Amino acid sequence: MPEKKYWKWKEIETHKCIDDLPPVPLSLPNYGSMGATGDWRTFRPIINTDKCNQCYFCWMYCPEAVIDIDSDGYPTIDLDYCKGCLICVHECPKKAIDQMREKKEQYEEE
Amino acid sequence: MVTVQKMELKAAARIISGNEACAWGARYARVQVISAYPITPQTTIVERLSDFVEQGEMNAEYIRVESEHSVMASLIGAAYNGVRTYSATSGQGLAYMHEMLHWAAGARLPIVMGIAMRGMAPPWNIWADNQDVMAARDTGWMIFFASTHQEIFDTTIQMYKICENHNVFLPAFICLEGFVMSHTEMPVYMPDQELVDEFLPEIPKNGWPHFFLDPDRPITHGNLQNPGGPAISPDCWYYEYRYLIQKAMENAKQVIIDVAEEYQKKFGLYHGDLIEKYRCDDAEVALVSIGSLADQAKVAVDLMRDMGYKVGAIKLRCYKPFPAEQFQELANRIRVFPVMERSMAFGLTGGIASVDLKAVLYHHPKHPLVLPVIAGVGGRDVRVEDQIEVLKAAVEMAETNELKKDVILSGLHQ
Repeated sequence: MPEKKYWKWKEIETHKCIDDLPPVPLSLPNYGSMGATGDWRTFRPIINTDKCNQCYFCWMYCPEAVIDIDSDGYPTIDLDYCKGCLICVHECPKKAIDQMREKKEQYEEE
Repeated sequence: MVTVQKMELKAAARIISGNEACAWGARYARVQVISAYPITPQTTIVERLSDFVEQGEMNAEYIRVESEHSVMASLIGAAYNGVRTYSATSGQGLAYMHEMLHWAAGARLPIVMGIAMRGMAPPWNIWADNQDVMAARDTGWMIFFASTHQEIFDTTIQMYKICENHNVFLPAFICLEGFVMSHTEMPVYMPDQELVDEFLPEIPKNGWPHFFLDPDRPITHGNLQNPGGPAISPDCWYYEYRYLIQKAMENAKQVIIDVAEEYQKKFGLYHGDLIEKYRCDDAEVALVSIGSLADQAKVAVDLMRDMGYKVGAIKLRCYKPFPAEQFQELANRIRVFPVMERSMAFGLTGGIASVDLKAVLYHHPKHPLVLPVIAGVGGRDVRVEDQIEVLKAAVEMAETNELKKDVILSGLHQ
């Protein structure tokens, strides 16, 4: 899995006071400027690699772009930012993605 | 082909309608993207522009969309890439694109739009009325009212210079009254295209300096800003970005004055800066009005002067930014400002411009009187006699220094 690049706001936003502000706010693409949004999730998608045929439909359909391809060619889900919309579950032609209700204890463990 | 075009442009003046003056202004400014959806009384603006594009006289992209909301959305997309954009709309159409108006101003895009003003429905009305534009007065757009066809043409060209100024970067309306101005014809002098090219700033090749869209350098713009302060998290500048729009409005005041002067030097045409004063030097009463009413007020003032009254007229050329300093200076001499307009501030007494003028003059040490006058709503005819009647009532109030009426409803059938 490729190493995550955490671009910081600082690279583009060096302003400290109102006189430094550009007319409109700008930012570079980065991971989760609003924090780990994975805790919004009610259902967690789980990829079953036995059934997966590596069609990458899930990768294509994911609206949050949190699905990456691992070194074996299987998709993996970044659960820090997956909001659990389950579009991947719906789109998977092989029914290789299961859904599991998130439990309170799991958050506490994490 | 070239020679034909040159002959056409060198013709000194042509008799055209107000809508055509808008279209010719956009053509002379070398607008690159036009987005259009028809609505009466604006339709002939975009119709004429489509002629220009179709005949190859204008090198512009002409986008036909399915609604006014999409007109503004497509212009915002185009303007993000750093091109000169133009469209036109009216009444209900302007109301429909209201959401996108906020976006255009917040994203600081120099979009220019012609508005053929009309009444808001119901009851249906397509004639001259200010209510549609007044409803958009706090969107962050600059608002200009033209009172002659020449002024429409000149202001359209001037607006690109004002909007694209680096200290301003705001969108602007150029408003003309539906039918009264949009469909009547007047001679309009058009300068050489080369002179207009010299006058207008060059469009930067890589987009506006504050940002541009580039697939090789992906950026997010207009990001979410949290309510907290910068000490809490780095993206908490919403209040500050709003303040920057206000600051740009303040900067625009001087830019408008400078551009009007520069235009006068280059082309010999002047229509006032933020306001235009007419016989105000020794006046005790000055009739403030908008659009064609302001042009007609000059006739009323001349007739009143012949009768020996000390009156003048003020044309509110620029409504946003509001010419507060100019009015405060005038209030040192002038006792009563009747404000005549075609719109109503429902729930308040009088029109919308009169409410703003009252606010500006409230702290003035000489306490001038502001007399709201509503006239010509929904295209009802406003005669010179009506304006004289208002001026006479104002002169009477100036003598006694007392506002005898909260509002004058001129031409209302009781």
